[in-house]
Amino acid sequence: MSHLLEVKNLRIELTTRDGVAPVIDDLSFTLNPGETLSFVGESGCGKSMTALALMGLLPEKVGRVAAGNIIFNGEDLSQASDQRLRAIRGNDISMIFQEPMTSLNPVFTIGEQIAEVLRAHQGLSRRTAWAQAIELLDAVRIPNAKDRVSDYPFQMSGGQRQRAMIAMALACQPKILIADEPTTALDVTVQAQIFDLLTDLRNQTGAAIILITHDMGAVAEMAERMIVMYAGRKAELGPVDQIIEHPRHPYTKGLIECVPHIQSNPSIERHDLVEVPGIVPSLREFGKDQCLFASRCAYLTEACLTSRPDEKHFANGQSADCWHAEAI
Amino acid sequence: MSDLLKVENLSVRFEVKRGGGWNKKCYLYAVDDVSFTVKKGETLAIVGESGSGKTTAALAVARLVKAHSGTVALAGENILQKEAEDLRQTRQKVQFIFQDPYSSLNPRKRAEAIVREPLDSLSQKTEVEKAKIVDELFEAVGLRPEQQRLFPHQFSGGQRQRIGIARALATQPELIICDEPVSALDVAVQAQILNLLRKLQKNFGLTYLFISHDLGVVQHMSDSIAVMYMGRVVEHADRLSLFQTPRHPYTQALLSAVPTVDRAKRAQQKRILIPGDPPDPVNLPLGCRFANRCPVAEAICQTVEPELKSDANGHRTACHLV
Repeated sequence: MSHLLEVKNLRIELTTRDGVAPVIDDLSFTLNPGETLSFVGESGCGKSMTALALMGLLPEKVGRVAAGNIIFNGEDLSQASDQRLRAIRGNDISMIFQEPMTSLNPVFTIGEQIAEVLRAHQGLSRRTAWAQAIELLDAVRIPNAKDRVSDYPFQMSGGQRQRAMIAMALACQPKILIADEPTTALDVTVQAQIFDLLTDLRNQTGAAIILITHDMGAVAEMAERMIVMYAGRKAELGPVDQIIEHPRHPYTKGLIECVPHIQSNPSIERHDLVEVPGIVPSLREFGKDQCLFASRCAYLTEACLTSRPDEKHFANGQSADCWHAEAI
Repeated sequence: MSDLLKVENLSVRFEVKRGGGWNKKCYLYAVDDVSFTVKKGETLAIVGESGSGKTTAALAVARLVKAHSGTVALAGENILQKEAEDLRQTRQKVQFIFQDPYSSLNPRKRAEAIVREPLDSLSQKTEVEKAKIVDELFEAVGLRPEQQRLFPHQFSGGQRQRIGIARALATQPELIICDEPVSALDVAVQAQILNLLRKLQKNFGLTYLFISHDLGVVQHMSDSIAVMYMGRVVEHADRLSLFQTPRHPYTQALLSAVPTVDRAKRAQQKRILIPGDPPDPVNLPLGCRFANRCPVAEAICQTVEPELKSDANGHRTACHLV
């Protein structure tokens, strides 16, 4: 099977006051049609940066693709012109953002905003675009779509706004849907509705989903494969269930164990949670020739401080960038 | 053990403007006839989704919003009646840890001054005594003494929350209200703060009122749990019976909605999806507030509001069908 998206040795640099920092450092991965791939990690690890790079939305003058390729359907997006990227964005690759209130325009109705996408990319007339906007709202299960289409964002609840965002993102039947923390601002019961909807829509349209999240539970429910990011680098990649069962990178292990997972039969005795001490290093540390997780790691040895770990490979495409991956 | 906090029939209402004439006043009951107790040294968690009234209930207990009716008794004394100096004394006993460590610390004050502030305004200690207390607090929450001189922006999110915790401990309160204390933090840092809160509880015999929407965190932290929906407590039970035998359909849906990494649990547990959104809090339906989304609602649920009834073991549920 040919890959829908292939990212090779991607390096993204941000210019900061302290110099140039590689916020994405030598990242390679592939995405297959119809697959859900999840990016996991703490804030500041480069999850959202990866998404922005795929969309060609890196902050102007500050961020740039310094090396590597983003090959989508045989075309290298890292070399594409602004005009070409604009044609792809919202059409072949689209994105749902975290905060549905701030990413919708408050002075236009939901219908106008969805229709705009269709008119821009597919050249539909006002009337056809409007009719399709209603259909899309219906598809994302907004009740009474015919009336709600002329609502303004403030008239909708958080869950409905996120559905409207999804409707907009799906308007042109994209091949890749990037969902950046799509449910972080929502309640759990609404989150369950949105996940359910995304899964159904994926099965209907065959779009691949890139899900960016910090919630291991969400990853386990939604994705087939995941990439754990740490300080701009890939820490671990592989099938979700396999990684959760046997993580090979100490950071992945920490991320899974530090969360109090809900149990249907809790014990009376409660133990302290496993802590991952310390915090994500600052941008100044990024790009050093050592393991960037070393200062927080329980498996620390001399090798971790002197050279960047190699990728170690395991069954079913699991790989971990850690000197001690085999021992974990 | 004895009850430290006893809340009875607490209601908080807000006036809202709705169209239809200048003088049309409407009231939104954010907290509606809520009762619960917290034993000394234990943790009661209030869970619920946004708009359920959990934070408003906590603010009313801390006298940070005005209660419309009901009583809040701390160690037997109704604190809703207290005024002036009496109230100041009470404020020392009830302290608050806020959700967002970025907006709840004054950016122009040094960490030491932030932690000392409750002592300055509420106690009558000397400067030397205060400095000593601040030193002890920094140690208790795992900050280094030299960090007292720093400003909030020089700390990470987890460290800021430690400052917020130290501030809450300053007046040696009996009750600490933790309003979503870890939801603004990264997962790896969450564990550090949750462990710290449990350690402090053990060491100082603290009582927590713990507000959260994260059921995993609640299960880990609490001794009993009250589930709120649209201003009402719909279920209230101790930790084991609530998680083992959730009775209210809303609680069941809430528990099943939490995504889990446990593959066996995912396979055996069917997710209960509740459709739609909560009703308009100003024009509440006649019957049960959950009836329009409830998967098992019957005719009676549309017309009669269920009462919170207790079984023999003190497991309280507000549902006609239980």
